[in-house]
Amino acid sequence: MTVGLSHYLTVAAILFTLGIFGIFLNRKNVIVILMSIELMLLAVNINLVAFSSFHGDLVGQVYALIVLTVAAAEAAIGLALVVVYFRNRGTIDVAEIDLLQG
Amino acid sequence: MLSALFFYLFAILCVGAAFMVISVKNPVHAVLFLILAFFNAAGLFVLLGAEFLAMILVVVYVGAVLVLFLFVVMMLDVDFAVLRAGFLKYLPIGATIGILLLVELIFIVGAWITAPDIVAQAPTPPASDVTNTEALGLILYTRYVYLFEAAGLILLVAMIGAIVLTLQHKRDVRRQSVAAQVGRTREMAVEVVEVESGRGLS
Repeated sequence: MTVGLSHYLTVAAILFTLGIFGIFLNRKNVIVILMSIELMLLAVNINLVAFSSFHGDLVGQVYALIVLTVAAAEAAIGLALVVVYFRNRGTIDVAEIDLLQG
Repeated sequence: MLSALFFYLFAILCVGAAFMVISVKNPVHAVLFLILAFFNAAGLFVLLGAEFLAMILVVVYVGAVLVLFLFVVMMLDVDFAVLRAGFLKYLPIGATIGILLLVELIFIVGAWITAPDIVAQAPTPPASDVTNTEALGLILYTRYVYLFEAAGLILLVAMIGAIVLTLQHKRDVRRQSVAAQVGRTREMAVEVVEVESGRGLS
């Protein structure tokens, strides 16, 4: 049996769902939420590369490269925010992030 | 046949590791499982013929981003058991929405078709001509060079942002003042005293 495009799309769909599921399960822990977002971006990348490969079009891989860049920047900024928040409040509980509520 | 075997190996390991990421208690273990998931995704990329992206995934993601995650998880002195409270409370609604979304996505995967007259924007050259990395570079540095520059700019902004956010000056630490050092003159540093012989100072 040959592995087709839909096999890769299914793997990416499962990964994306697991990412969303992770945000629901760990809705207090910012770090695990960030990791879930990384999982979802990985799923998107698998989709892009799979379409690029099966359609013989390299633009998908260029786009995956850009998504990778943005994901790296997002992780760096997100973790810096987590560190600063922990320094100020002593916790990283999402429910207690309410300083801007006034 | 062999590629199908490896596809299922990588896919099952990737999905299993992703499930462990969201379900293990210890966040350090979660990061390590995320590393495993990314390694297997890199394996999938190699199977798809995108060798350059696979290596970028391993070097940039596992080597930099996930190690950054590991540093932060280990640096923060957080009681992660408290943060897991309510884990089971959110399980039913999370599972419901997750399964709904998964079913929708699978329906889409099963039902879509490609437009017949679609033309590749940048056709992949045959692997015997150029390698994947070379082919990617040939279009990335020509047609998509502005996109490439924008990616570099995004990384620069992220770097400066992370530094500005986390930099802190401590009050009681003595810091080097380059202006004061350079502005020092001979008069401020040395005093020439004429000493009469046999008298000494004071």
